[in-house]
Amino acid sequence: MPTVRMTVNGRAVSGDVEARTLLVHFLRNQLGLTGTHVGCDTSQCGACVVHLDGTSIKSCTLLAVQAEGAALTTIEGLAQGDELHPMQAAFREHHGLQCGYCTPGMVMSAIDLVKNNPDPSEQQIREGLEGNICRCTGYHNIVKAVKAGAQAMNGQAVRG
Amino acid sequence: MHNFNYHRPSNVADAVKALGGAGDGKIIAGGMTLVPTLKQRLAAPSDLVDLNGIADLSGIKSEGDGITIGAMTRHAEVAASSAVKSAIPALAELAELIGDRQVRNRGTIGGSLANNDPAADYPAAVLGLGATIRTNKREIAADDFFRGLFETALEEGEIITAVHFPKPEAAAYRKFAQPASRFALIGVLVAKTKGGIRVAVTGGGNGVFRAKEIESALSANFTPAAAKGVKLDPADFNGDLHGTPEYRAALVSTMAARAVEAC
Amino acid sequence: MTTETGIGAAVKRREDFRFLTGRGTYTDDINRPHQAYGYILRSPYAAAQIAAIDTSKAKAAPGVIAVLTGADYDKGGLPCGWQIHSKDGSPMIEPAHPPLCKDQVRHVGDQVALVVAETYAEAKDAAELIEVDYKELPAIISTAKAGEPGAPQVWPEAKNNVCFDWHIGDKSATDAAFAKAHHVTKIDLVNQRLIPNAMEPRSAVGDYDRATGDYTLYTTSQNPHVIRLLMGAFVLQIPEHKLRVVAPDVGGGFGSKIFHYAEEALVTWASGKVGRPIKWTAERSEAFISDAQGRDHVSHAELALDKDGRFLGLRVNTIANMGAYLSTFAPCVPTYLHATLLAGVYTTPAIYAEVKAVFTHTVPVDAYRGAGRPEATYLLERLVAKAAREMQMDQVEIRRRNFIPKDAFPYQTPVALQYDSGDYEATLDLALEMSKWSDFENRRAEAAKRGKLRGIGISTYLEACGIAPSAVVGSLGARAGLYESGSIRVHPTGSVTVFTGTHSHGQGHETTFAQLVSDGLGIPLENVEVVHGDTNKIPFGMGTYGSRSLSVGGSALVKAMDKIIAKATKIAAHLMEAAAGDVEFKNGNFTVKGTDKSIPFGQVALTAYVPHNYPITELEPGLEETAFYDPLNFTYPGGTHICEVEIDPETGVTQVVNFTAVDDVGRVINPMIVEGQVHGGLAQGIGQALLERCVYDEDSGQLLTGSYMDYTMPRADDLPSFQVATHATMCTHNPIGAKGVGEVGAIGSPPAVINAVIDALAPLGVEDISMPATPLKVWQAIQSAPKKMTAA
Repeated sequence: MPTVRMTVNGRAVSGDVEARTLLVHFLRNQLGLTGTHVGCDTSQCGACVVHLDGTSIKSCTLLAVQAEGAALTTIEGLAQGDELHPMQAAFREHHGLQCGYCTPGMVMSAIDLVKNNPDPSEQQIREGLEGNICRCTGYHNIVKAVKAGAQAMNGQAVRG
Repeated sequence: MHNFNYHRPSNVADAVKALGGAGDGKIIAGGMTLVPTLKQRLAAPSDLVDLNGIADLSGIKSEGDGITIGAMTRHAEVAASSAVKSAIPALAELAELIGDRQVRNRGTIGGSLANNDPAADYPAAVLGLGATIRTNKREIAADDFFRGLFETALEEGEIITAVHFPKPEAAAYRKFAQPASRFALIGVLVAKTKGGIRVAVTGGGNGVFRAKEIESALSANFTPAAAKGVKLDPADFNGDLHGTPEYRAALVSTMAARAVEAC
Repeated sequence: MTTETGIGAAVKRREDFRFLTGRGTYTDDINRPHQAYGYILRSPYAAAQIAAIDTSKAKAAPGVIAVLTGADYDKGGLPCGWQIHSKDGSPMIEPAHPPLCKDQVRHVGDQVALVVAETYAEAKDAAELIEVDYKELPAIISTAKAGEPGAPQVWPEAKNNVCFDWHIGDKSATDAAFAKAHHVTKIDLVNQRLIPNAMEPRSAVGDYDRATGDYTLYTTSQNPHVIRLLMGAFVLQIPEHKLRVVAPDVGGGFGSKIFHYAEEALVTWASGKVGRPIKWTAERSEAFISDAQGRDHVSHAELALDKDGRFLGLRVNTIANMGAYLSTFAPCVPTYLHATLLAGVYTTPAIYAEVKAVFTHTVPVDAYRGAGRPEATYLLERLVAKAAREMQMDQVEIRRRNFIPKDAFPYQTPVALQYDSGDYEATLDLALEMSKWSDFENRRAEAAKRGKLRGIGISTYLEACGIAPSAVVGSLGARAGLYESGSIRVHPTGSVTVFTGTHSHGQGHETTFAQLVSDGLGIPLENVEVVHGDTNKIPFGMGTYGSRSLSVGGSALVKAMDKIIAKATKIAAHLMEAAAGDVEFKNGNFTVKGTDKSIPFGQVALTAYVPHNYPITELEPGLEETAFYDPLNFTYPGGTHICEVEIDPETGVTQVVNFTAVDDVGRVINPMIVEGQVHGGLAQGIGQALLERCVYDEDSGQLLTGSYMDYTMPRADDLPSFQVATHATMCTHNPIGAKGVGEVGAIGSPPAVINAVIDALAPLGVEDISMPATPLKVWQAIQSAPKKMTAA
């Protein structure tokens, strides 16, 4: 069984996996990071989005062995203790989540979206979230949250 | 999915060797089509040879009067590339329309072309722009590369290394997305090239093809109306839940007209 | 009283921190010690005899613990919770519903075998080695054709595939109304089948404890107590005190997680058999062929009008597809949740509806967000819009002319329901204003200049929530009560734990109920914790569906609070040496009327648990109360939805450019959550109108829309931002005044969208388009329209 090593949320981890093990299952079952979800099997819903070396990817469409040596960030790695990442805080403030199932992937995608486009319009946000399906919110408040989250992230970047 | 042996070579020669040594080996590039296929157990290769460890296969460079894109270059890199945007903006725009952001961050041009999904976007770019596909063995002209549904001119052990796109005088891609999958229900790339007008259509059903009727109409009169005026034969198109052959045929003219307008 | 955290305040949700940081606990996140994994082998055929099953190779495969088939299963079948009687008085046909098929499979996805192995992958690998000898049979898929002579039969006992043939209303009065009609509008409609698609796939972990003989089931359910009751009593014969059902964080339900599913029973049963906890989690493609689906009605309706456009009578004939088996609440959906709503917001004096339910070789159909009411609303609002066009009346005027006036409540309809309150003019007026209805023609003309067809559509709807009272629904066929329980446990230091039998799977109960109780007891919000979803913690519950949680579950909590306050008042009176009758409770303090003697709630709580100075001969110590609330009636939310679309005539793409929803949901506790519920419902309603449909191959019964590659889920760029508002009239018969908000968006919106599409296409002479109005369908309608597009 191959052994994989990677950095997850700043921590070096390793594990023995079957070659066929998907990254999302390695995260969930072997590392216990169950915040990353699985909502489909055709790489469309985006519940499994994590950041791999700084960009968003669907962890259900990557083998764990392919992440060898990579630096991953999952939803668990965003908040600093009790202090939410600005995008997480914006989702709470604007009621951008209901059942919470799509939320981790949605937040991870939103952060990547803002990294690539710091001041997205409503239309750009809607198109930028094409890879994340939410069944609860009708996206109305997600769009508001991402817009506010973008502003907060920019503010933080200026401060930082 | 079924289990398999996993190989991660660091150069093309080793990749070829790994493939040759496998009972039923398959190459994985971005894996955006292959991994879902394996998950559904529609394929069960004995070995997967991962090209992601081969640094040489990645990257975008200006070459001659065009752009050369390494086979393992991600769609997002092409979409964001200033070199691509300045030489062939239509190509960057097309890359931006593939899948979603996460797919674009992972999917590769080489993988898309080798797979030759009949509703993929890149085949339209390659055929429409008259690109050349470079492999570890030879160069293949776009017109010779695509052989219908999921079939290409690639031989056993042949790996795409790069694609060279000559700079067109003008080009534009217009995509009508299938509402559920967001693959192309019809995508049309129109290009004015040194060799003449090229119109490549994806999503029609049996693989990317050149719409010769529209090419000749546009050669005579490069206007949206000329493209719109061409009525293609629905018999040449596929039909499914999302589009009848008649609808697809009509969309080709419409999308071609819009592409001409954007040229 | 509105405070920063009380009733009416947009309090941020307390559940969000855990969901936003990846610390929710969904069923698939739960792992029990020594857990094994289950994989279910499903039928690849819509209809087939199982001639033989050979599991020997699978049993020998690596990691396999057990391979169980119908031959091994020795327990009961899945029960149906509602019995309908046909017109002739005969009970509905209720076929057996075994969790594992024995001799025959009846839909693609039907359960054939359960493989239990050390890992999920091993279970799935082994399932490929099971050899099933199927003898394929002809299948019937079509709702409309299922009852035709010669159609393949799903069940031998259901002649012509009819489950029941039911009716409601006064046929002769309706016939008489039609006889004197000035105009009759007729319409044929299909309310297409949908797939609910909660983003969390269903999952179940069965865990049998050999040491105690206790079973625990962790499951993705909207109503864990109902699952315990159905599975314990009817399926596995496990007494309730030995069976615990936990529904932890659940990732959306929309109805699809109400029902008791085979997999829940199988993992629980098999866990006892193999002595290991067993987890099963659906893959999405499996969910597509195993989650109960929604809608699927074929209807013909006729509306009789007088010369002024007043409705005289309504006739409806509906065929409803039940699928291959009766899911838990399936029979009540097209009957008591559909035909009883056919009066809508109108004074139609005579209504007669016939509903024939049929079996087909498809996945069972049951409640999906709205359940019956979207079907009724769509039918009525399409019919009214068509009548207005035929009679050349204004779309708004025809509705106003037929509204039940606001002073007519309580209003008895001819189809059983008695509405308690409403003001349909008010929601209409507000929606017209917000949508800038009167200025629409300018926008249409402006769009035409850009080559776009613009249209506007309206729907004035009514629905019924919080299905009740138990005695009435019992007489209509319900096999369960429809009350709710709530418990308030006041702790010695004055903080409170609230136990509700409802279940939150996105609705934010942990916040809304905390607001309700904090407001009612006058204690800080942070001193209230809400517990739900565990049969070992909560006395009883009927769960969350039919927009009932606040109006029924919240009312139970109010009743429990009343008991708490009554007892606490006696304790306070004792402490203040006053008569209980002289003590009043306000803002968290007990005060002797007319004096400055006052003690806070916390002191009373402490006294209840440290009863040193206590009326011990009259009162027990402690402060904890449970109440069950059985509503006196349904609640009746209603309102107006207005949709504006633009169509690209070259491609047929319809874009929703404006959507306005004004809903009367009664008392609002948390407006932020209420708006979110409306948004979500609208997305599903617009999804039904424009994007979503479940399609089977009519011959093979294969599901053609079996993944997100073909089933069009609404995505962010398919939808606009919404304009929503509420205008409340209070529910008169529950102590909160709440009516329910979970389903209004999905109920009111589909006809508004389709009416808008038809309005946009009307200049071309197009009179009808079916849901979903996909680009293909709209393009085809334009191609075959009587009139051609004229250049702008």
